[in-house]
Amino acid sequence: MTTVDPNVRNTVGEYKWGFHDTEKPLFMAEKGLSEGLVREISAMKEEPEWMLEYRLEALETFYRLENPKWAGSPDVLDAIDFDNIHYYVKATDTDSTNWEDVPEYIKDTFDKLGIPEAERQFLAGAGAQYDSEVVYHNIREDLEAQGVQFLGMDQGLREHEDLVREHFSTIIPSGDNKYAALNTAVWSGGSFIYVPPGVHVEVPLQAYFRINTENMGQFERTLIIADEGSYIHYVEGCTAPTYSSDSLHSAVVEIIVKKNARVRYTTIQNWSNNVYNLVTKRAYAYENAVMEWVDGNIGSKLTMKYPSVYLMEPGAHGEILSLAFAGDQQHQDAGGKIVHVAPDTTSAIVSKSVSRGSGRSSYRGLLKVHEGATNSSSTVRCDALLLDELSRSDTYPTMEVDEERVNIGHEASVSRLGEDQLFYLMSRGIDEESAAKMVVNGFVEPIVKELPMEYAIELNRLIELQMEGSVG
Amino acid sequence: MTANENSSLLEITDLATSVTERPDVKILKGINLTIKPGEVHALMGPNGSGKSTLASTIAGSPTYTVDRGNVSYKGEDITHMAADQRARNGIFLSFQYPTAIPGVTLVNLIREAIKARTGEDVSAREFIAQLRETLDRLKMSEDFARRYVNDGFSGGEKKRAEILQLGMLRPELAILDETDSGLDIDALRTVAEGIKTLRDPNMGILLITHYERILNYIEPDFVHILVGGNIVASGDFDLAKRIEGEGYDPLLRELNISEEALI
Repeated sequence: MTTVDPNVRNTVGEYKWGFHDTEKPLFMAEKGLSEGLVREISAMKEEPEWMLEYRLEALETFYRLENPKWAGSPDVLDAIDFDNIHYYVKATDTDSTNWEDVPEYIKDTFDKLGIPEAERQFLAGAGAQYDSEVVYHNIREDLEAQGVQFLGMDQGLREHEDLVREHFSTIIPSGDNKYAALNTAVWSGGSFIYVPPGVHVEVPLQAYFRINTENMGQFERTLIIADEGSYIHYVEGCTAPTYSSDSLHSAVVEIIVKKNARVRYTTIQNWSNNVYNLVTKRAYAYENAVMEWVDGNIGSKLTMKYPSVYLMEPGAHGEILSLAFAGDQQHQDAGGKIVHVAPDTTSAIVSKSVSRGSGRSSYRGLLKVHEGATNSSSTVRCDALLLDELSRSDTYPTMEVDEERVNIGHEASVSRLGEDQLFYLMSRGIDEESAAKMVVNGFVEPIVKELPMEYAIELNRLIELQMEGSVG
Repeated sequence: MTANENSSLLEITDLATSVTERPDVKILKGINLTIKPGEVHALMGPNGSGKSTLASTIAGSPTYTVDRGNVSYKGEDITHMAADQRARNGIFLSFQYPTAIPGVTLVNLIREAIKARTGEDVSAREFIAQLRETLDRLKMSEDFARRYVNDGFSGGEKKRAEILQLGMLRPELAILDETDSGLDIDALRTVAEGIKTLRDPNMGILLITHYERILNYIEPDFVHILVGGNIVASGDFDLAKRIEGEGYDPLLRELNISEEALI
């Protein structure tokens, strides 16, 4: 059964994904975090001892670390009540490759989100996580036959323990930040992907993350290993019900892009505006490898997310396209980090943000060039568009360049939705709201055009929903 | 045409305007102007006399506020009508300085504008055919129409893009605000001939210009001289030729208009 909480009024347009299921989960941990809970999660998953040790160590780290001092909205961040979160909620036992095995009400939810339909139409594989557990994942048979692994992370750990043990927490150590530590302590779900040498997965694999429970913490953990000369495009989408109290989404994504391989990771995040979205994403790119993050942040209460690429060997290329839309009462603190470790590496960051009403967007970026990373080049471009007098945008670009023989460019701009642009379009017969949407969609076009058509349409639609009632 | 040949397309009565954000800045001071279907009216005048303000006010720009008088179009008072509704009713403004809309292609803009104007989506096939024909007449390539609106356009390209929209939207009243400025002689000929061939014989034109050149292609039925927010003289093509020959000063002296009125 699905209901919409009538007490919750959405401030921006209408959030169409705000419904929730009321079925009782199979298992729901009491609110709050403890060593006992971490042990219980690990035991339920029948994990190897080394993983339990990782978790316990990370829990200590979590307790020790404070919220980042540089946070753009420290009061919002400090308001997270760690005792008022369900850290683990298991709705069902199924992690099936067949939608028919998924409990009806969960399947209904994913039907409404269009997931099975998308899988049939244009995906190479799809996964679906509901609260803490992956309930469905499937990959096209021909890709499976070529050795491509697309599993829930828990299953990945069971079936490919050596690979997981070799790479887990090597890209993002649990001490990296408080939320990476928290994720490592209580992680559940996420995707495990391995692409064998030379295999090109031409159409995207998609994972969809759905929070259902109120005061839920979702801590998926994703590991992608693209072996030499391979290619994969992974897409993730996320939504949650609208509740009057907050939920926490804190994922960790680690990616290894080996020699001559290419990984593109696309996010279309559309959390309801009671979700804290504090995610750590990082990739290592080796010789002549290409790593691309396409990061679309539409919803949430506070997002802090800076996908990173470490260019480890010569010829590696990293690219970050970041798009953020901060609606009323939302803070999108997004951007990216590029670290040039090796010579002859190239990178580009393009960030576009739109702020509306009391919404605020911040670009936060790091460009670091290690000594010896000669002949590296990088361009950073960030553009902000403010829709009204109230909205706000800030830019915090950091550059640490320890090598002189490099080529670096940085450009930034802030503009306000102009009366002249609106009048120009209106003088062609287009009404004011459509004109405003047109300007905004045009502004984000350089990023949207990088998406497969289906996602481009979806993203434009999400932006238009956010724009509803924004003028006049 | 169904309407009475003698009925006016645009009728402006005693129109006075000021700048919305600076109400103390008065620009138009009592304009009277009537344009009938099919007529070409040229509006000339020194810089700062209020020509662009008149153009923008007819199109419904919020930059200016009407303090007095009214504008009626096809018998309907449109003084306080929103710009988009005026456009849907058939008024088109070719901007002197068209603004850029990055990320939105000309094709996309024109298609949305036609949809808004007619209330229905034209078929892609029909649209493309019409677009190609219009581009041909303006000696423009299809690649041009796929560029983002006015984004990085040269002055001449901007003016051509405006006329491309004019040709596609087929307005009943076209206001051309210095469409000829910034064009070299070949570009001027192409644009002017484009306007001529794209023009429905019933389309009324208000053509704002500093130069007689464009009037040799689009011959005016009437010429008006705007000075200091007032139309101080009206006449036929000869009036434009006179201004071109000797400037505004002799005319203003003849009319006993002081230098201050120019400001």
